[in-house]
Amino acid sequence: MSKRFTSLATASVLVAGAALAGCGQQRDADVYTVMNSSTDESYHRWDAEAMARCGERLGVTIEQQSVPAAQVMTKALRMASSKSLPDIVQFDASEMPTFAEAGGLVDLGTLGLSTEGIPEGIAEFGSYRGTYYGAARSVNTLALFYNKDVLDEAGVRVPTTWAQLRETAKQLTRGGRYGLALSAGGAEDGVFQFMPFMWSNGGDETDLDGPKVVEALDYWKGLLTDGSLSKSTVNWTQADVNDQFMAGNAAMMINGPWQVETLNSDESLHWGLAPIPVPRAGDDSVGPLGGAVLTVPNTGDEARERTAGRIVACLSSEKEQLTYALNSWMVPANARAAAAWRERVPELDSLADQVAVARSRTAQLGAGWSSVSLALQSAFQSALTGQSSESALKRAQQRATSGN
Amino acid sequence: MTTPTVTARTRRRLAQWGFVAPAVVFMLLFFGYPLVRNVVMSFQHYTPKTFFTGEAPFNGADNWSNVFHDALFGKALWHTLVFTAGSLLGQFCIGLALAVFFSRRFPLNGVLRSLILLPWLVPMVVSGIVWRRILDQDTGVLNSFLDTLGAGGHTPWLTSPDLALLSVVLVNVWIGIPFNMVILYGGLQEIPKELHEAAALDGASAWRTFRSVTLPVLRPVVTVVLVLGFMSTVKILDLILALTDGGPADATQTLGTLTYQNSFVQLDFGAGAVVGNVLILISAVFAVFYLRANRTEGK
Repeated sequence: MSKRFTSLATASVLVAGAALAGCGQQRDADVYTVMNSSTDESYHRWDAEAMARCGERLGVTIEQQSVPAAQVMTKALRMASSKSLPDIVQFDASEMPTFAEAGGLVDLGTLGLSTEGIPEGIAEFGSYRGTYYGAARSVNTLALFYNKDVLDEAGVRVPTTWAQLRETAKQLTRGGRYGLALSAGGAEDGVFQFMPFMWSNGGDETDLDGPKVVEALDYWKGLLTDGSLSKSTVNWTQADVNDQFMAGNAAMMINGPWQVETLNSDESLHWGLAPIPVPRAGDDSVGPLGGAVLTVPNTGDEARERTAGRIVACLSSEKEQLTYALNSWMVPANARAAAAWRERVPELDSLADQVAVARSRTAQLGAGWSSVSLALQSAFQSALTGQSSESALKRAQQRATSGN
Repeated sequence: MTTPTVTARTRRRLAQWGFVAPAVVFMLLFFGYPLVRNVVMSFQHYTPKTFFTGEAPFNGADNWSNVFHDALFGKALWHTLVFTAGSLLGQFCIGLALAVFFSRRFPLNGVLRSLILLPWLVPMVVSGIVWRRILDQDTGVLNSFLDTLGAGGHTPWLTSPDLALLSVVLVNVWIGIPFNMVILYGGLQEIPKELHEAAALDGASAWRTFRSVTLPVLRPVVTVVLVLGFMSTVKILDLILALTDGGPADATQTLGTLTYQNSFVQLDFGAGAVVGNVLILISAVFAVFYLRANRTEGK
C-alpha cells in the first residue's frame, strides 16, 4: 500500500518537474520565421503570399508569426532573453531604434543589402545612428481625407492653409456633423496626428514648450472652440476617426492610407485626398513617416542570418514592394517602385508627395522617443480639455527631460 | 528507495512530502520566484539591453526615488484609491440590494437573475470597448437617451478630466455587480428561515430584521466578497486601457496603468517593478487585515 503511495508521489513529482522544465525551441534548418504584426486577415494573407513567393525563390520555407502590434517589442525582448528570436522581425519604425540600441539587430549592410534606390529619408527611416538595420517595404504618412459630396454641396474648395482649414471646417459643421475629425487619443495615434501640425509650423520634439509647438497646439484648441472638432476627439483612435468619417459625422478627417481599404468598402462614399494644410501658403506640409521595417535580429548564427538577409532583400525587392503597396495602399519605399505605383493609383498622388518630405519621429531622439511621446499625449489632452497650451507643454517638456 | 532499514513510518512521511512537493515547487516557482524577482528588479537598472546581456546593474534606490518624485505617481495612487473605494462601494451596495431582492419568490425570478449575470460573462476588454461607444459624447447611446429625456445630452463622460474617473468607476460597478450578487445571494440562502421567523414574531420591522439578523449572519460572506473585490479592483488595467488609455490628460491613470506604461511603453522595467511592488504592498496590507478579521471571527 505504502509502496504504491511512494511511487505515486514520485510520479507526481516527476510529472510536475517535466511540466515546469519547459522545452527550448529547436530551429529547423530549412524553416525560417518572420514575426510581424499582420494580425488583420488581409494583411496576413498578403504577407503569406509574398513569403511563399520568396521562399520558393530561395528554396526555404518561411513561416509567418503575427502578434498584435503593441506586443511585437515585448515579445521580441522576451524571445531574446530565452535565445529563441525569430529569423526576421518586422518592427514599427518608431520601435526599431530601441531594439537596435540594445544590440539586438544585425547591420543589413553586412548581409549584402544596400540602400541604393531608396530615397534618403526612407533609408534614414530604417537606420539608427547611421547604421542601416531595417528595410522598409512601404511607408505611409497622414493626409487630409475629405467627403467630396459634402464639399461640393457646400461649394467649398479643399483647404490648403490653416486659415482655410479652420474656415472650411467651421462652414461644414452642421447639425450632427463636424467639419473635421482627428485623433488626439492618449496613445501614439494622437501624437502621430499632432506631428504634421507641429512640424509644418517649425516646431521640434526637442523643444516641446517652444513657441512654434505652442502655436500648433493653440491651433488645435481653436478648432475645438469653434466647434469644428468633436470634444470626443481626445478619446478617439485613428480607427474611431475613420468610423466617424464613414458614418457621415465628419466632413473631413486626418488619417492614413491604411484606412483606404475600409473606406472603399462603402461605394456610396466619395472621398478625396489632399496634403494636410500648412500654416501659411507656400510652407511644406511635413507629416510623420510611418510604417514598419524588416530587421534581422542578432541570433549569433551567421549562416542563418545571411539567409534571413536574403529573405529581407526579396520581401523588400522592387516587385514585392509594388505588390504590397498596391494591396495595402501604402507608398513603396523604393523610388522606382514608387514611380510605378503613382501611375497605377493616381488618386493617391498627394500621399506620395507628402511621403517624400515626411519626417521620422525617432530620427532625433531614437530610443528616447517614448517618453517624449507620453509627455506630449498628456499635454495636448490637458490643453484640449481646458488648460493653456503653454503651461501644458511646459509641463510636458519637464516630464520628458526628467524621464530620460 | 525501499531498503529494509527504512521503516514504514518514514516511508509514509516521505510519501506525504512527495504529494506536497509539487504544490510547494509550483508555489515557489510561480509565486515566490516572480515576487522576489520583482523586488530585486526594482533596485536594478533594467533596460531592453538587459534581455541580451543579462546584465542589470544595481542602482540602489534610484528607481524608487524617481518613481516617488514623479508627480504622476501621486496622481495614480490617488486615482487607484478613489477607483477601488468607489467600485467596491457601488458593486457591493447594488449587489446586496439585488441579492436581497432576488431572495424572495416571484415570477421570472430565475430568468431575471441569469440576465443580470451577463456582464460577468463578457470579457473585460469587450465591455470596455462597448462602453466607450455607449459613453461617446456625441454619438453615444447614453447621451442620446438622456437627450430624449430632456436631461441634456452632452455629458462628456470620458472626455472631461473631471468626469472620466467617475465614468470608469461606474462601468466597473456595472461589471462587478453580478459577482457581488451571486456570492451574497448564496450567503442569504444559507441563513436559516427560523431566524427570520423569530424576528418577525418579535415584531421586528423589515429594516430592523435586515440590520440585526441578515447582516450579522452574512458577515463572513461579506468579508470574502470585499476582499476578492478589492484584489481584482486595485490592480485594474484592461478596463482602463480599453476605455480611456489612462487619459484624458492622465485623469484615469492608476497604479496598474502606470506599471504597464513604465514597463511596456517606456521599457523602463525597473520603474515598472517599483510601481508593481507598491501594488503588492497595498494588497499585502489588506490581506493581513483580512486574516486578522477571520481569526477574531473564529474565536
